[in-house]
Amino acid sequence: MSMRTLPLVFINLGGEMLYILDQRLRAHNTSEDNSEKGVWSENDRKRVMNDIVGTMFSKAFMDELLKPQQLYSHRTMKTVLTRLAHASIMRLNPASMDRLYELMVMAFKNQVFLCLRPKDLLLISYNHMDTIREFVKDTPMAVNQVDETHRKIIEAYSSLSEGELQLLRQTLLTFFQDMHVRVSLFLKDQIQNPNGRFALTTSGPVPHGTDVPGLIRIFDCRGREVRRREFPSGGSYTSSIREGSFELHGNRVIRLGMNMYTVDHPEETHTSRAPSVKADGSPNPLAKEELNLLARLMGSMKTENKPKDESGFRINLFNTDKEEAEAGASASAEESLYGVINIQAMQDEQAASELARIAGQFEEEEEEKPEKPSNNKGEELLAMMDDL
Amino acid sequence: MYHKEKSIQIKNSASALYNNLSVLRIAPRRLTHFTVVHANMVNMVSASWDGLNYTHRQLQSKEPNVATSTSLIMQMYESDGSIMVYWHALDTPETPTAQAVFARGIAAVYENYICVGVSSGAILVFDVPSKGSNITLSEVLEEHKESITDMASECSGSQECIANLVTADDGGNLCVWKSGEEFQLLNKIPGFDMSCSSVKLWKGTAVAGYGTGQIRLYEAVTGILHAEINAHARWIYSVDIAPFSGLLLSAAEDSLVRVWHMTITPETNSVEVAHLHNECVTDTQICGARFCDGDGYAFAVTGYDLSEIIRYIQS
Repeated sequence: MSMRTLPLVFINLGGEMLYILDQRLRAHNTSEDNSEKGVWSENDRKRVMNDIVGTMFSKAFMDELLKPQQLYSHRTMKTVLTRLAHASIMRLNPASMDRLYELMVMAFKNQVFLCLRPKDLLLISYNHMDTIREFVKDTPMAVNQVDETHRKIIEAYSSLSEGELQLLRQTLLTFFQDMHVRVSLFLKDQIQNPNGRFALTTSGPVPHGTDVPGLIRIFDCRGREVRRREFPSGGSYTSSIREGSFELHGNRVIRLGMNMYTVDHPEETHTSRAPSVKADGSPNPLAKEELNLLARLMGSMKTENKPKDESGFRINLFNTDKEEAEAGASASAEESLYGVINIQAMQDEQAASELARIAGQFEEEEEEKPEKPSNNKGEELLAMMDDL
Repeated sequence: MYHKEKSIQIKNSASALYNNLSVLRIAPRRLTHFTVVHANMVNMVSASWDGLNYTHRQLQSKEPNVATSTSLIMQMYESDGSIMVYWHALDTPETPTAQAVFARGIAAVYENYICVGVSSGAILVFDVPSKGSNITLSEVLEEHKESITDMASECSGSQECIANLVTADDGGNLCVWKSGEEFQLLNKIPGFDMSCSSVKLWKGTAVAGYGTGQIRLYEAVTGILHAEINAHARWIYSVDIAPFSGLLLSAAEDSLVRVWHMTITPETNSVEVAHLHNECVTDTQICGARFCDGDGYAFAVTGYDLSEIIRYIQS
C-alpha cells in the first residue's frame, strides 16, 4: 500500500484535534472581562494553539513524516498525537484522549470516505492548514512553519497521479476500517446513520473530470459516433463544480476539512460506541518497525525545557482525584454511554503560580492572576458537567 | 430483473481494493467459493448450493522477512485454501523509494499460465504444470510503466481469438497479449492519464472500467473504440462479464451496481450495448462485483466496511 500517508494523516488528524481543542477552550471563556478565576483566557488558548502547532509543524517533525514509510497502528498514532497535545500547557487524561482520538478519526474518516475524487484529499488537507494558519495568525513564526510545511506538501504530492492518490486513499480507508463510533454532530446533521455508518448520497455534483452518468455512445471503425442512447442513472447527479485551488492560498471550494464545530454547542462532540466494536487483537509483525518510527517521531519533537515535575493544567473529567480514580474503575460501564471530551482546567495553587511564571515570560498584557479556587469554582464545574 | 437474496456473512469486512471479490463455481461438488480481502488477509467462504452449508477459512500472508529485504507479494493455494503450494517474493531496492511494492491483478491464461501484476508495472508470468506443483517463473513482461491495476484473460472459451490476455495500469493504458512460451505484445491502447481499475476480455473486446466512472469497449487487437458509457458518478471498482449471455456487470464507489447487455459480432465488427438494471447498495462504496455463473443468473457484491457478501438472483 501507499508509503506516503503519514504527513496527510498528521495534518488532518492534528487539524481535527486543534478544531476540537479550540472549541473546548473557547467554550470555557464565559466571562467577558477575564476576571473569572480558573477560566482559560484568550491568551491561554492562543498559547496552547501556538505550542501544539509549533511542534506539529516543526521542520524536524515534518521531515520525519515526509520520509516514505508505512502507516502503522492506531496505538502509535494516538501516542504521537497525545505527545503533540502535551506540547502545550494543557494535559489530557487517558479517557479524554481516547474520546478525542475517536472523534478525530471519525471526522477524518468521513472526509476521506466522502471526497469526490482522490485528489480532493489534498484540498481537505489544505482546508485544515488554512484554518490552522488562522488559529496562529498572531504568531509570525508559527505561520511561517505552517507555510513551509504547506510548500513541502505541495511539492511532495502534486506530482502524484490520480491512481497513486487513490492508493493513498485506499490505505487510509483500510486504516479506518471497522470504526463506527457515533458522533453527536454527525448524527444530528445526518452525515452518519444510527448504526454508525456514513451516509452516501446518489445525488449532487459529479467529481471534476467525470461526466454525469446516463449516456451510451456507439462508434464506428473510423471513430465517428453512430448512435447514442440514454439510460436511467438511478440518482440525480449534476455537473461538477469548479475545481478548488491547490496553491498555498486560495479558495478550496470543497467544504470537507473545514471546521464544523461551533463554540456554543459543546455537546456536538459527544461520541458513543456502536454495540459491536472489535478491538484489533492480532499481533503486529511489524511492531519493531513501528517502535522505531515512534522513537524517531518523538525524538524529532522539540521538547520544552520544563522541569519534570512542572504541573500544567490537568484535564480531568471530575472534580477531585478520588472521583477520577473511581471513574477509571467504572470506565467499561461508561463506554456504553455517551463519552464526553471534557477539557476543564483544574487549577490548584501550584498551577496558578506556574501560570504566573509563564505569563511573565511572554511580556504580554498581564491578566488578573488566577488565585486559589473558591468553592464557587467547584460548583461551577459541577454545573457545567450537568449541562453536558 | 434481479432481486436480493440472502447475504453471506464473512468474518471480516471488505477492504477498499479494486475487484475485491472472487467467485469460483465447483459444479461437481455443488458449491461455490467466495473470497474477499481484508487488509492482509483473505476471507474464504464456501457455500453449498442448497444454501445449508457455509464453511469459512482465512488465509494470512506470511510475515514479511524484513531482514532479507524481500517483499512477499504472492502466495498460491489449493482452490479450497487448504494448502499453500507456492510463494513468490521480490527483491526490494537497496534504498527505499517512495514507491511501495505490492502485487495487484491476476489472471489465468491459456494454456497453463498464471500472470500477476506488480506495482512497478511488471507482469510476472508463472508456468503452472497440469500435474505436480513445480511452478516456475517463466517470464517477466515489462511494458507498463505504471502500477498494474487489473488483468483478464479471454473468457469466451473460444480458442480462435488471437489475443488472450489484456493488462491494465494506473495510467489507463491497456496492453493486449498473446500467450505462449514467450508472450507476444499485440497492441497497446493508451489511457488518458485516468486509471483503469478493472478490465475484462470477451470475444476479442476489452471492456474497461475507469476512475472517471466511464466504461469503454475496445476491439483489443486494433484498439478501435466501439462504445463509451458514462456509467458511474464515481470511481469504478469492478467490471465482470457472464460469457454465455453477454451480460456485463459494473460497480463503483457511488454505491450502484449496473447490469448491461453486450452484443458483439466480431465478423461484422459491430458492438451494441444496452442498459438493463440498477441496484443500489445504500451508503456503501462497492469494491467487488462478480457474476456467480456463466449465464449471469446470479451476481454477488462486496462493499467497503461491509462484513457480508450481498447476492442477487434473476427474478
